[in-house]
Amino acid sequence: MTQITNLKINGVSQRVGVDERTSLLDLLRHHLNLTGTKKGCDHGQCGACTVLVNGVRINSCLSLACMHDGDEVVTVEGLGTPENMSRLQKAFVQHDGFQCGYCTAGQICSATAMLEEVAAGWPSNVSACLSGKVELSDEEIAERMSGNLCRCSAYPGIVRAIRFAAEGDTP
Amino acid sequence: MKPFTYERVTSSADATHAGAQTGAAFIAGGTNLVDLMKLEVMAPDRLVDINRLDLQSIVATDDGGLRIGALVTNSALAADATVAEHYEVLARALLAGASGQLRNKATTGGNLLQRTRCAYFYDTAMPCNKREPGSGCQARDGLNRILAILGTSAQCIATHPSDMAVAMMALGAVVEVEDKGGTIRRIKLDDLYCLPGSTPHIETVLDAGDLICAVILPAPSKGVHIYRKVRDRSSYAFALVSVAAVMRMEESRIAQAALAFGGLAPKPWRSAQVEAALEGNAPSDALFDHAADLLLSDAQGFGANDFKIPLTRRTLKAVLRTATEAAQ
Amino acid sequence: MTAHHKMDGKHRDVLADMVQDALGRGTPRIDGPLKVSGQAKYAAEVGDGTEAVGVFLRATVSKGRVTEIDTAGLHAMHGVLAVITDPRLLRNPAQGTADKAPVQGPSDVAYFGQPIALVVAETFEQARHAAQTATVQYEEQTAVTDPRDPEAAIDSPEAKQINIGDLDAAMQDAPVSIDFEYTTPSQNSAAMEPHASVASWQGDELTLQGSYQMLNYNRNELADALGIDPAKVRMLAPYVGGGFGSKLGIAPDAVAAAIAAQELGRPVRVVMTRPQVFETTMRRSATVQRLRLCADAQGKLTGIGHDATVSNLPGESFSEPVALATHFLYAGKNRAFAHHIARVHRTCAGSMRAPGEAVGMLALENAMDELAHKAGIDPIQLRLRNIPDRHPENDKEFSSRRFADCLITGAERFGWSERHLDPGMRREGEWLIGMGVASAARGNDLSEAKARVTLHDNARATIETDMTDIGTGTYTILAQIAAELLGLSLDQITVKLGDTDFPSGSGSGGSWGASSVGSAVFLACQDLRKEIAALMKGDASELKLKDGTATLGNMRRDLSDMITRAITVTGHIEPGKASDAVHHAGFGAHFAEVAVNAVTGETRVRRMLGVFSAGRILNSQTARSQCHGGMIFGIGAALTEEMVHDHRDGHIVNHNLAEYHIPVNLDVPDLDVVFLEERDAWANPIQSKGVGELGISGAGAAITNAIFNATGVRVRDYPATLNKIFPHLPD
Repeated sequence: MTQITNLKINGVSQRVGVDERTSLLDLLRHHLNLTGTKKGCDHGQCGACTVLVNGVRINSCLSLACMHDGDEVVTVEGLGTPENMSRLQKAFVQHDGFQCGYCTAGQICSATAMLEEVAAGWPSNVSACLSGKVELSDEEIAERMSGNLCRCSAYPGIVRAIRFAAEGDTP
Repeated sequence: MKPFTYERVTSSADATHAGAQTGAAFIAGGTNLVDLMKLEVMAPDRLVDINRLDLQSIVATDDGGLRIGALVTNSALAADATVAEHYEVLARALLAGASGQLRNKATTGGNLLQRTRCAYFYDTAMPCNKREPGSGCQARDGLNRILAILGTSAQCIATHPSDMAVAMMALGAVVEVEDKGGTIRRIKLDDLYCLPGSTPHIETVLDAGDLICAVILPAPSKGVHIYRKVRDRSSYAFALVSVAAVMRMEESRIAQAALAFGGLAPKPWRSAQVEAALEGNAPSDALFDHAADLLLSDAQGFGANDFKIPLTRRTLKAVLRTATEAAQ
Repeated sequence: MTAHHKMDGKHRDVLADMVQDALGRGTPRIDGPLKVSGQAKYAAEVGDGTEAVGVFLRATVSKGRVTEIDTAGLHAMHGVLAVITDPRLLRNPAQGTADKAPVQGPSDVAYFGQPIALVVAETFEQARHAAQTATVQYEEQTAVTDPRDPEAAIDSPEAKQINIGDLDAAMQDAPVSIDFEYTTPSQNSAAMEPHASVASWQGDELTLQGSYQMLNYNRNELADALGIDPAKVRMLAPYVGGGFGSKLGIAPDAVAAAIAAQELGRPVRVVMTRPQVFETTMRRSATVQRLRLCADAQGKLTGIGHDATVSNLPGESFSEPVALATHFLYAGKNRAFAHHIARVHRTCAGSMRAPGEAVGMLALENAMDELAHKAGIDPIQLRLRNIPDRHPENDKEFSSRRFADCLITGAERFGWSERHLDPGMRREGEWLIGMGVASAARGNDLSEAKARVTLHDNARATIETDMTDIGTGTYTILAQIAAELLGLSLDQITVKLGDTDFPSGSGSGGSWGASSVGSAVFLACQDLRKEIAALMKGDASELKLKDGTATLGNMRRDLSDMITRAITVTGHIEPGKASDAVHHAGFGAHFAEVAVNAVTGETRVRRMLGVFSAGRILNSQTARSQCHGGMIFGIGAALTEEMVHDHRDGHIVNHNLAEYHIPVNLDVPDLDVVFLEERDAWANPIQSKGVGELGISGAGAAITNAIFNATGVRVRDYPATLNKIFPHLPD
């Protein structure tokens, strides 16, 4: 059966009619031709499908498209283009925060939202204090990004890229 | 995934009425339900989207406690100022669970009701008494590393994978439920869950259509809050063993020891006997060993999870040492 | 025009004369902007929306025959278009460089999880539901699924049982010796992109978009499996989301998609689910290894014994070549090797990153550590004392080797002198701290490869080859090589990869890609230089090309003015006598510091250093990242990765990323990587060596050696999970 859903994707209003079983991820990839967001496991175990929904990072594979009526979704395509990359995207290129590139869209969407979570003072599992300003150490970045697997293991580059984008010049 | 009808409800009356229909299931964050539906481990005919219900707030209760709406996300709950200050063990437990993305979507109610991670439960090609009563249990003689050592039965050795529920157990949480008749009742968290026994497919005392509305925490007690999670990698992994502790000392003796355990049983585990043995006594290695003896007296391993028994002892003792030292 | 060279001897370091300074730099990847903005398209993402979708059915017995699939029931389901049970469907993927079809036939089940049919529907949701609920009948047969089962048939190929001297006697006579068994579990490559193919036919010509590493072989494998002429097959893989060995050979998705697309007369997309990637693509075999080492009182080895038992399906020719590096790494007169293959009905075993060394070096480097400890010798000293002058078994010279330098440089940089000789001496709060070392070694190969380079009349250049970039950095490295030789900037070079319409490269595997295809690009560019020199009426040896300007004698011209029509050269490199004249390998040393929790036995890697000598480093950033990758695979192998087979039916129980634990970001500290510069005139014209697998070789052993130094606990059964450590720690 088809469910009509109205949502905004990268600023563009979309009215879509899809099978209720269609995940937000598959809606993006196979109905809207926004293939930047990737399917790594389809079960919320790798984070490659991370997108922003109303500014918040989620695994789009575990979300049904029909449940997003009225939501605003931002995907990696909405963060920047090859000609006009976001600060974070540029940092990933500069600091080799990827190799094969398959987890990269998820890493970048996740990191974009993660930095907002830090700015909002959200603590993490490695935070000494549950309240107050968050000190963005490498450990904090690594823990907050542990929901994004990378098998090429670009983790050192990912952490460097995020730190650079968050703070400014590289040490 | 089996086809289903999808509807959104905007009142708890509509929700409970729809949820009571045969083959209906509530969906909130969906991070567990959608996962299981993709594998057809769960296959509701009807999905009732409850995300528009007014269950999203965290407010103080009249007796100084906290009322947490069932739709409050794990992230929001972990970042809440009151929780950080007065219910630290809960924030710590939440932050130890899952990933940032999952915590942003998972809800309080959904987290309590999440299903076991047993690999045989998850695989519809495998016999599983929880999924299909009477079909058998492949886990007892199989890969049971992450499965239970307490509260098991001949039919099922599943563990409850939540971190949040363990902390809530230690805090004495109460679950508020509305039924299809509109009646509101309160259930102690400890009484929400059913051990597998001969009916492993029945996991809670909830009836069809029952909607969790809120979790109510009593007024906070002062004390040292610890959540210690032991797992196979440093993040994004379920607990092998976890301990939630709220401990208070008075004049060099343990005044209060609230302890709950994860990774050990089909429900978050709490033992009044263990706590009674600790309370009123001076901390010592011998006392902590005695507490572990009581906790683990009926513990049974199934091969790949035998290690959980000594690991629990060591972890509990370390938590008790740290907590009592900090509380002095 | 073709520029052909066969490596029959040493090759002059021509690149040393170049002046563009493009090589060696840590140039950011030229495919970066596309990848970070989600514009690089991977296999499943190509299409025009007309594709039907196929999902595999999975065998739920370990051995037997499929007697019936309820196809009528499936066809009755909404959206189902076809149920493919064609006998050409693959049982398992082809082994790397097979160049022909692997075992086919979906009705004969050889392992639990084998793909037995493809359901094709209009949508993914429909196909998935149908596959999930299909009813299948089997005639089940009993099967041996455990290599340790006494009923398991064991093959012991004669050529792999080697005896030099008398190891038994040496072990008896030696003042110090060790004799231990080590085990490693089944592992999975776990590339982030699941295997995926989109197949479409134009008449009798097939176009297949796939996620594959070696198109030069894969196309032939696909054609052979389908029973058609390879000339009728075009394969495309411009972007591959990781391989690590799992995508070396053509896999069930490609063949099934092709057959379905032909039957339906429309394109078909097949994407493996993650559990299917675990169950139906190559696993690294589990190993049981016996290491014997004996030495004189000064720690000089008098004997080395390395026995291995691995497993695979009956009839598969591949077996994990466990002792590869042991043959050449250390001296020792008396040497014995045994190699046994248990035949079991489990997921097929094949190549995964550094086949052989990845697991053999774990045991060898642990054994060396144990010997050092027993003999009271520093582990680095022990290794230094046993570096052979020449290959210890065939007496060949090493083409180049800075093995000792790697150990010494690394020791200094890591602060090795602060390591306590006795274990369990360093504690910080609840954490026991220790350091470990391990050698790294990986054979270096050259493979036949072609690449076409065109110098356009606007002085831009285009490189074309079917070579792939699986995260290895091929796009950038090939551009850098061309830039160096032609004196161009990188933004003037276009690199086109992953299309079998282009000249055949070597494929990404065996760490030979950059060296092989890079050499092909080198040869092509060398000839282009000759063309340019001819235009300037001079000799290429006096030509300087820099920033688009050509200088020869007192002539100086802009390339864009000089080139009036495009010149195209195809470079063709072939291995030759140089391969056997000397022994080729890269070397290194791993250092790890760990913290082991005194209560729970949880282990955290605090820091790691890898020092490597791998010939000319073409791109310092991508090479470093490749080594990071190998080191992190080492962390996974040491601490967390294990595919568990159910003892009853051999199925992989933890067939998902929730319970097969690859390292997460927090598991990985900042990793230090140092390259010791080296040139290898024997290896290839660009004097480079492979890096991708050198980084994993030995990495995990440095960690388990560090665990011993921290705790006094020796874990010989990988992975070193907490339950293997804490029972040996004080209460």
